This record gives sequence, C-alpha cells and structure tokens, in this order.
Amino acid sequence: MYRELRIHIISLLNAGLRLDGRKLTEYRNPIEVKHGMIKTAEGSARVKIGETEVLVGIKMEVGEPYPDTPDEGTIIVGAELLPLSNPDFELGPPGIQAVELARVVDRGIRESKAIDFKKLCIKPGEKVWQLLIDMCPLNDAGNLLDASSLAALEALKDAKFPSFDGENVDYKQKTDKALPLEKLPIAVTVIKIGDKFIVDPDTEEEKAVDARLTVSSIENGTLCALQKGGDFPLTLSDIDKMIDIGIEKGKELRKYL
Amino acid sequence: MTYKQRIDGRGFDETRPIEAKVGVIQRADGSAMFKIGNTWAYAAVYGPRNLHPKFLQDPQKGILRCNYNMMPFSSSGERVRPGGSRRSKEISFVTEKALLPVLNLDEYPNSVVDVFIELPQTEAGSRCAGICAASMALADAGLEMKDLVCAVSVGKVADKLLVDLDYSEESYPDGHVADIPIAVMPNSEKITLLQMDGEVKKEELMKLLEMGKKACMDIYEIQKKALKEKYHEVDV
Repeated sequence: MYRELRIHIISLLNAGLRLDGRKLTEYRNPIEVKHGMIKTAEGSARVKIGETEVLVGIKMEVGEPYPDTPDEGTIIVGAELLPLSNPDFELGPPGIQAVELARVVDRGIRESKAIDFKKLCIKPGEKVWQLLIDMCPLNDAGNLLDASSLAALEALKDAKFPSFDGENVDYKQKTDKALPLEKLPIAVTVIKIGDKFIVDPDTEEEKAVDARLTVSSIENGTLCALQKGGDFPLTLSDIDKMIDIGIEKGKELRKYL
Repeated sequence: MTYKQRIDGRGFDETRPIEAKVGVIQRADGSAMFKIGNTWAYAAVYGPRNLHPKFLQDPQKGILRCNYNMMPFSSSGERVRPGGSRRSKEISFVTEKALLPVLNLDEYPNSVVDVFIELPQTEAGSRCAGICAASMALADAGLEMKDLVCAVSVGKVADKLLVDLDYSEESYPDGHVADIPIAVMPNSEKITLLQMDGEVKKEELMKLLEMGKKACMDIYEIQKKALKEKYHEVDV
C-alpha cells in the first residue's frame, strides 16, 4: 500500500535527507518536557517531540503486594491510543499496539530497577503502594514510544505521595515525599528503512518501517530493555549500529529531564 | 440553612476562570481545548469520513458520533478505569444530542462526524466543558453550523441559586444541592441539554435557566474570541 512512499523515502535517505529536511539521526524540534500540570494526578508530565504530544499521569493507590514479592510495591503501566490523537485509532479495548507501548515502557522502568520497589512497601505481605502510570497521546504525529517513555519518567520525577494514615489515602493532601527513584532509563527507538537507520520517525516514515529496535539505557550507557519490532529481520551488525545510536541519542534526550 | 459566600470567593452568578484555545491537535480536522477552573477538556473532530460499521450508515445524511472519556488520572480520588462506564456512555449520548441541532449533515450521506472528548483533569462540570470544547472543534473543522453551543451548570446549594458549581458545592455537606447542566445555542437562545439532579421549585428552575443563559453568553464570547485568534486576519 505504501510502496511508492517507501521508495521515495529510501531514495531520500540514500541522499542523506528526510521528508522534513532533518538529518537521519536527528530528533524533531522543539522537544518540550513539562511536569505538574494535572492536579488530580499524584504526578504528571507532558512531552512534545515536534508535533507529537503525550500526556502521562500517575495515580498512587494502596493495595496488596504480589505473593512472590511480599515486600515490594508495584507499577502498572497503561497506554490508551486515544482516537482523539490520530485518525487511524479506534475506540475499543487496547489493541496490540497499545499493549506493546505500555509493556516496553513498563519493562524499561521495571528492569532497570528505576524505582526501589522495597521502599514502596508499607507493611510486608499486606500493604504496598501501587503506581498506576497512564499514557495518553494527544497528538500522534509519530514516535509515540520515545515520547511516552520520556513523559513517564518526567511524571515519576514529579510524583509526590498522597497522605496515608494507615487505613485510607487522602488524595486531597499531597505530601512532599518524592518517589524512590534510582535511575532514569531513556528509550530511543531506532528505525531501519532499506539499509539506513533513523530516529524519531514521523507519521509517513512510520508507514515505511522495515524494522525497529527500542533501546532503553541508563545514564552510564548500560542497556536495560530492548524491543525489536517491524516485519524485517536484523543482522548482528544492524543491532550493533542501532544500539550505538540508541545509547548516544539517549544521552541527548536525558538532558530534557 | 444558608450558603453565605462561595468557597472560592466568586459571585453567585460568576463562573470559574475560563481558558479556551482552538487548533490544539494538529492531526484532527478540528480541535479545541476548554478549561474552566480545574476542569479541563480537549475535543477533536474527525470527518465527515466513512462510517463503519456499515449498518449505522444513513443514506439520507451524515451522523454525529460523540465519545466522552475521562483520562485514568483525571479524578481527584482513585484511578478511573479506562474503557468507559455507564456514566460516560450516557454523557456521550447527551453530548451528541446537545450538539446535533447546530449541525447540518444533509450533504454527507453514509458518513460520520466523530467527536472525541478527553478530560485530563476534572473537578465538576466536565460534560459542560466537553460540550464547549466540542462545539469549538466542530467550528474549527469548518463544518456548516447554525450556531455554537455553550454549556454550563447551574444549581442550588442550600438557599442560594448559583452558576458553575465546583466540586465542593456539588458535595455541599449540609443542605440540599441541585445540579443542573445546561447547553444553550446562544443566537436562538434554545436549550439543547438539560439534566437535573436534586430538588428545586419550578420558579427557581426558571430563574436558574436565565442565569445559565447569561453565563453561556459570556462563554460564547470566549469561544468566539478563541476561534478568531486562530483565524486572525493577515496583512497581504
């Protein structure tokens, strides 16, 4: 369906160009990261990358821990591809695209041990804090994954515990206690089209993707989550290059937090 | 029992501060943001476009389809479960009925105009904020319209009649509370949404409707201003 578009994009890439005039591994401008705009949430953030805009809010509830980790709090990451943000999104239960988005962000946070989950424990085996992180795109003009992931981190940084008296949570009263954040895993999605690699695809480029690799890394460059997508396979040398790009660009994005 | 002064110091016929902006979602055919106090609504319009499922198609005219949704973190209490509730279904339905009278969809047989209303933050009056945003978004989409639609809630707290109840007033501890969301077509002054929870006398209701209409006129000016700001004149 998008054969002609793909051929056009590849011929541009071969000349070192992109549809909107960017370099191959250049993010759109401006990148805007803001936090604290939603008073009903315990933490919130809004990220704009070019025209893509994502809102993330965090609610905190007290619940029971999982039986296998009785002294650890939990996170649940949700993503809704709101039909408000893209003419191709439809109402209904989350499709695989939304589930993948939520899972990739979830694993980035979980596997990097970004949060000290033990510090979310109130009473072992009985009461722990649950972080409910929800990502809502307002305008999907491409690369929701990186924008959502960045917004989730900023919202985690912004979050403050509500007051809790041992029985009930009083959402009207926020404390000044922040989350026990240890690391900030940044996700960068590297795209392969033809034999070229790009970052931050726009809507058109997303239609022409052969393969993608989302690389989540922490500050010292250690990888903490990977996710390959797209219909085409990758060679080891592809992966080598894509991870390098992911780590390098991650350092750039980190400055916005 | 008397309610002497509003908790936030407003006059009894005064709305909370309002902000409005048009064209906030670039991928939509029309969009708008409407914020009243701490209640914050976005609306995006897509269409007229093909309507699926096909059995909903009307060969005589296009249809309007609205969806009201609270974001999971938009309530001051616990997280709102995504996926819609009976409440959000009903609000979507009355929103549709509130907006339909200003539209003319005769030219678009078998098509749909989709309106998606999303609330990132709510504190009373969310359906009215959604309707205000949606009517601006429809205008921004360039659809033929007879009028805009302006909406606000009016009500009674203890012995006082007032405009634009906030959360503390909706849940006023001692005394009766009546909450009446209305929507008005400002030019014909006709009412397109009217719901009520609580108790009021007929005379009080008629007075409240007048107060609501007046507040809607102020909202109308704000909506028009926001629309004009996007489509400002340029010197050639």
